[in-house]
Amino acid sequence: MIDVQNLSKSFGDHLVLDNISEHIHPGEKVVVIGPSGSGKSTFLRCLNLLETPTSGSITFEGKEITDPKADINAIRRQMGMVFQHFNLFPNMTIRKNITLAPVQTKLMGQAEADDTATALLRRVNLEEKADAYPAQLSGGQKQRIAIVRALAMKPKLMLFDEPTSALDPEMVGEVLEVMKELAQEGMTMVVVTHEMGFAREVGTRVLFMDEGHILEQDEPRAFFDRPKEPRTIEFLSKVL
Amino acid sequence: MQWADYYAQWKTIMQGGGDVTFWQEFFVKFYQAFIEADRWKQYLNGVGTTLLVTAIALCIGVVLGMLVAVVRTAYDQQRPGQGLTPGRVLLWPLNLVCRVYTTVIRGTPMMVQLMIMGFVIFKSSRNLTMVGALTLGINSGAYVSEIVRGGLMSLDPGQMEAGRSLGLNYIQTMRFIVIPQAFKAILPALGNEFIILLKDTSLLNVIGGKELVYAANGIMNRTWEQMFPLMGVALIYLVLVMIFTWLQGRLERRLRQSDRR
Repeated sequence: MIDVQNLSKSFGDHLVLDNISEHIHPGEKVVVIGPSGSGKSTFLRCLNLLETPTSGSITFEGKEITDPKADINAIRRQMGMVFQHFNLFPNMTIRKNITLAPVQTKLMGQAEADDTATALLRRVNLEEKADAYPAQLSGGQKQRIAIVRALAMKPKLMLFDEPTSALDPEMVGEVLEVMKELAQEGMTMVVVTHEMGFAREVGTRVLFMDEGHILEQDEPRAFFDRPKEPRTIEFLSKVL
Repeated sequence: MQWADYYAQWKTIMQGGGDVTFWQEFFVKFYQAFIEADRWKQYLNGVGTTLLVTAIALCIGVVLGMLVAVVRTAYDQQRPGQGLTPGRVLLWPLNLVCRVYTTVIRGTPMMVQLMIMGFVIFKSSRNLTMVGALTLGINSGAYVSEIVRGGLMSLDPGQMEAGRSLGLNYIQTMRFIVIPQAFKAILPALGNEFIILLKDTSLLNVIGGKELVYAANGIMNRTWEQMFPLMGVALIYLVLVMIFTWLQGRLERRLRQSDRR
């Protein structure tokens, strides 16, 4: 589904991603873990070109998105993204937050988008918040809205950038629950997270990143039970 | 006796060097400045022109300011490494023009700009009021652009990213997400700029624009009395600004509805 070839990214002199090649297959739930500053978020943000790679190529469903001529807006419509800080639009109601993009990109008419929004809100049990503004919601509610806002575009792939890191501990569960359901429905997901429980339970593959490299990867059980690299062992011993 | 009769009687006494009370003198000067020969109509005409010039200059200023701010923000926000697309090639000279514009306009006095426009560029124009409105608009645009740019930059970049990640293009994201939020943030500064603009219309009278101060000037030249026309004009500006401030407060409260918790 996504093929990454020799991806490098540097900010000035600082090399954040060093020649990464990786392939993500349809239906996979890839969980990316690693210490702060290891390049996990940058890697994820390169996948929908929120960061422009310094070199290398990324191909999404046969189309090279790093090609300057690629229609990046059309490609992003097929990839949902969920941010650490939710990034809901504070000047709009929840319903408008969800329907804005589908209507403006002509994916749906306003009526159809409203129905979709209602259905999606019901799914995360926030139906009664349709006419509220983001400032009136708790963190966990905001993040659940952010997830369904991305889903309203009917994406083929979802990218999650530390979706629970800015939440109160109490609210982490409700967000992970929505993500688990999504995974069970077969959505292809790439998740950057510090939630090792989620990685173990939901992930089909775990990538461990350090200093701009993918140091080690395996399916979750093997990864957590028998890490091979000393750096991975050290990291896991601190977080588990 | 009518007011006019008192005016004529007391004025004659004053002109003859006779004694009048403080209030009699006050009445005569007030009557002379505002009522005699329907002079209030001149102030009213002046106010009309002042408001018209302010409105035109405001429109020009806001449109110019927005354009300049968007160009400069777009130029500053572009990321290296995507090659030279036609948009980028176009942005460079546009950005240069915008920077020269703000530098020149902010670096020279308003009065000098007015005189250059009135006496040099539009030397043969008879409609000096409109020349003044244009000059004020161009002047205001430079300041508005910096205000708008501040508003655009102050917004969390995550808002732009969220819009773009949903597949909206740059212009759609600006229009629906960034600009409405930036507008709310800059409203107080924009109101300030509007107030300055309203009062700067008084400079128009140096090139012969027929606004409020021009009206007062004419009356002062006829009556040889300065205090009442000037106080009157000052009071009119004050009232206009107070009305506007009240309107701005109402708009701010309306825009704040999404902040309620």
